[in-house]
Amino acid sequence: MTRLSTGGLIDRSRTLSFTFDGVAYKGHPGDTLASALLANGVRLVGRSFKYHRPRGIFTCGSEEPNALVELRAGARKEPNTRATTVELFDGLSAQSQNRWPSLEHDALSVNQLVSPFLGAGFYYKTFMWPASFWEKVYEPFIRRAAGLGAASELPDPDTYEKAFAFCDVLVIGSGAAGLAAALSAARSGARVILAEEDFRFGGRLLTEDVAIDGAPARDFVAHAEAELAALPNVRLMPRTTVFGAYDGSEYACVERVSDHVAVPAAFQPRQRLWRIIAKRAILATGAFDRPIVFPGNDRPGVMTAQALATYARRFGVGAGANAAVFTNNDAGVSAALAATHAGVKVEALIDVREALPSALLAKAKALGVRVITGGEVIATKGKRLSSITVRTGSRTETLAVEALGISGGATPNLNLTCHLGGKPVYREDIAAFVPGSVPPGMSCAGAVAGQFSLAECLKAGTEQGATAARDAGFAGAALPAPKAEETATGIRAFWQVKAKGDLAFVDFQNDVSAKDVGIAHKEGFRAVELLKRYTTMGMATDQGKNSNMAGLALMAELTGQGIAATGTTVFRPPYTPVALGVLAGHHREKDFRPTRPTPTHAWAEKQGAVFVETGFWLRAAYFPKPGEKDWLESVNREVKATRESCGVIDVSTFGKIDLQGPDVGTFLDRVYINMFSTLQVGKARYGVMLREDGLVMDDGTTARLADNHYVMTTTTANAGKVFQHLEYCLQVLWPELDVQLSSISEQWAQIAVSGPRSRDVLAKLVDGADVSNAALPFMGVAQTTVLGGIEARIFRLSFSGELGYEIAVPARQGERLMEAIMEAGKPFGITPYGTETLGVLRIEKGHVSGSELNGQTSARDLGMGRMASTKKDYIGRVLSQRPAFLDPERPIFVGFKPVDTAQRLRAGAHFLKVGVEPTTHNDEGYLTSVAYSPTLGHSIGLGFLKRGLERIGEQVRAYDPVRGSDILVEVCSPAFVDPEGEKQRV
Amino acid sequence: MRIPCPYCGSRDAHEFAYLGDATLTRPDPAAPDAAEAFHAYTYLRENPEGAHREYWYHANGCRRWLVVTRNTKTHEILGVEFARPSTDEVPA
Repeated sequence: MTRLSTGGLIDRSRTLSFTFDGVAYKGHPGDTLASALLANGVRLVGRSFKYHRPRGIFTCGSEEPNALVELRAGARKEPNTRATTVELFDGLSAQSQNRWPSLEHDALSVNQLVSPFLGAGFYYKTFMWPASFWEKVYEPFIRRAAGLGAASELPDPDTYEKAFAFCDVLVIGSGAAGLAAALSAARSGARVILAEEDFRFGGRLLTEDVAIDGAPARDFVAHAEAELAALPNVRLMPRTTVFGAYDGSEYACVERVSDHVAVPAAFQPRQRLWRIIAKRAILATGAFDRPIVFPGNDRPGVMTAQALATYARRFGVGAGANAAVFTNNDAGVSAALAATHAGVKVEALIDVREALPSALLAKAKALGVRVITGGEVIATKGKRLSSITVRTGSRTETLAVEALGISGGATPNLNLTCHLGGKPVYREDIAAFVPGSVPPGMSCAGAVAGQFSLAECLKAGTEQGATAARDAGFAGAALPAPKAEETATGIRAFWQVKAKGDLAFVDFQNDVSAKDVGIAHKEGFRAVELLKRYTTMGMATDQGKNSNMAGLALMAELTGQGIAATGTTVFRPPYTPVALGVLAGHHREKDFRPTRPTPTHAWAEKQGAVFVETGFWLRAAYFPKPGEKDWLESVNREVKATRESCGVIDVSTFGKIDLQGPDVGTFLDRVYINMFSTLQVGKARYGVMLREDGLVMDDGTTARLADNHYVMTTTTANAGKVFQHLEYCLQVLWPELDVQLSSISEQWAQIAVSGPRSRDVLAKLVDGADVSNAALPFMGVAQTTVLGGIEARIFRLSFSGELGYEIAVPARQGERLMEAIMEAGKPFGITPYGTETLGVLRIEKGHVSGSELNGQTSARDLGMGRMASTKKDYIGRVLSQRPAFLDPERPIFVGFKPVDTAQRLRAGAHFLKVGVEPTTHNDEGYLTSVAYSPTLGHSIGLGFLKRGLERIGEQVRAYDPVRGSDILVEVCSPAFVDPEGEKQRV
Repeated sequence: MRIPCPYCGSRDAHEFAYLGDATLTRPDPAAPDAAEAFHAYTYLRENPEGAHREYWYHANGCRRWLVVTRNTKTHEILGVEFARPSTDEVPA
């Protein structure tokens, strides 16, 4: 056990049980999985990506490259989870990754022996030939070898939410600068959100051995948190990662609501996606402690100096029985001293610098820490670190240590400043990139801005919090910043120990070594973006948070052009990996999109209807009866019943638009190709509207209810699009027209009754209205009441070609109307039908539908050219007159039937003249809609054929190579049933 | 991205449908060069860098067509107005 006897922000009075690779361990509330593993002496936690080298815990935060585990099991299994950010909970189970057969003995660790062949560009160079090997041999091999964790293949049992939040000041990060900023903004009255990735506020203050306003830093954190929590204008958001900055001062965050418990509490989501709209944002995300490149710098036990100190002070854990620290900067020295102070036995502090600040030296002396100046670590030993070799000038010595803290300096965590295109700027004096231009409304405070001293952080946070609040309209009195001593921040830029031996890693997660950077340089991949792609440096879950700096510094040294000129790769969202589940939120499975049931849905369910999704709508497709062997048998029965007696269908899904005002007639004349201003009150007319490019947009019937009142129907699919188009025409093109539009699709249920007996049915429903052919002729409209006082609009329309009526009633009366229709139609054997029969009826009648109004056809193509009025202008008129639209060779709408009526047509087949090659050049058109016609007893189809109308009676090939069909068809009129239209007029 | 709708206030851009260039005017269909003018009106678009006036429709809101002036490089919204100006549409 390496738990220190005292200290740490953990609750030692309570014990949590967890397992790692099946072995049971114990930890305390306040631990992360990483700190608990270290406390149990578990130092080997994973195998590296390429060489399968043993790896341990390297950091204490979200930049962790090594300690990736599979968390939980079964449906909740989550791969590649950073042990350093996982909050320990009772019953947690985790498994190591990328090893076989076990973490201790990994067969693929032989890869290390052939590492000279697995260097940069290995994949590009090796798996090249023969090409046929790629899919069957190479790719499966690479995928198996390049494992990392495996995702659960079971459905995620948890739920995820999305939410919006608005604030005046968003503070990102709760270290010294963040807390100071939040306090000063909140005290002014501004609405403040403080987002902290960790489950505990305080950031580096939880680790550092410093005083603020004369008290330990942890007391300052506690007081600040208590004050903020008590303010009504502040929302504290722990466990919340701000992962992206977007346009319009919008920040995307993931709140891990239930990741710290085994199973979410009832009605709690696992995670919540927040979109925070902030007038101002203060980035106070601190800095990462970056590694130094030297041989064997990846052994379990080697970690950042900050991690060593954090495990000691925040978690009460010694990363090993004893330790050493290797650094080039004052923060590294301070970390070594903080760890020592907390009880870690630090054998030596090795600094590449010849001289250290006297205050630090004095502290080291007081703590009894041996300081080696001008020293470098040149080698390490042990599957778990057992010793290091230190070179001082010409002298070398070996120190037996189990842990080594390394610090190559601070890398400001400026990821979010780059999301809208900001480019970091290099500062030689601190050997770090600091934010360049930042997103509008953002400012940076503290270490992220290169302000590494505690006093500087507190001052910058306080000032910027006040400034941000003032910008948002809250002028509070300027308050003094909390006081702290200036901490030493000196550094000597130092990236790599020049020594031979083991691999010296730049990027631990991707196994990119200093040698690989050299290969990339030698082979010309010198620009940082190329360096990244060629070596894979900076990829995967940590996105180079540790490695980028050293990698580009090494390249800068090789090219001799300097770090500033070399630049960094572009940081893009997300800052840390985001689960797809939380991006989807509730939009999954049946909630992927809304479901719109029709007003008669419950009734149709009771009738045993089979439903089909049409857009968001759920419509009855057909109504099977017991004993029917397939859908076709049901549909044939429904068609026959409708043609011979009476059928009924819910057509509420059509778009319905109410138009009122003195100029509606004029307006409709301009949007339809035909005239509507001349339509008589009490009549309906079929209309076609075009897009401005001359192609058909939609069709439907529009009825005139009164002089200044029309009601339009659109196709189901285009209801929204047409409404938007009409609003555009009114508001943008012709604002002078006095017309009001309302979508009434939801407000009216509409049911079509069709067939020779439909008038008999209707007569029983109306409250005395005359529905005779004389009183309500074809295309007539009646506004009346049905079923004893229910307001109704009756349209005598026919999509089937039969005598037919569409009865509209207020939506909530739809089911009642349907039941009344069924009752009234009982003596005639009234038959409910669905979209399948609707399709057969309209194809038999030769009516166009969505397959023909496919965005490629003009009114003339559809055989409706003569409908277009020549007395007026309308949308699409000018461009519909273009020569190509008038070309007599253009495919025209006609009908088709197989010459051998036993054969079945297939939509999508293309037409060829008999005896010609099946080439694109010989293509003469295509089949759009087909059906089996029970009325005719064979397959029929609609489609477009060059000069189709002139070719009635001619035989052509319907060629369908995709489904292997090639049959002879006869061109015919599209109206297979009742071509004169007599049945609908009786 | 947010669009400050003059009727509804600042709203998420997902509530709006985009149409495009608001500097175009539907040509006179009776003009002798109507065919060419409509071709240009329907198909030809500039792709300016910087401020651009464009139509957005507040589909999941007030259903007003808006003219939004947007910086195409930074997505900054520089101004929003109703496509059909009318004083009686904004509640006092």
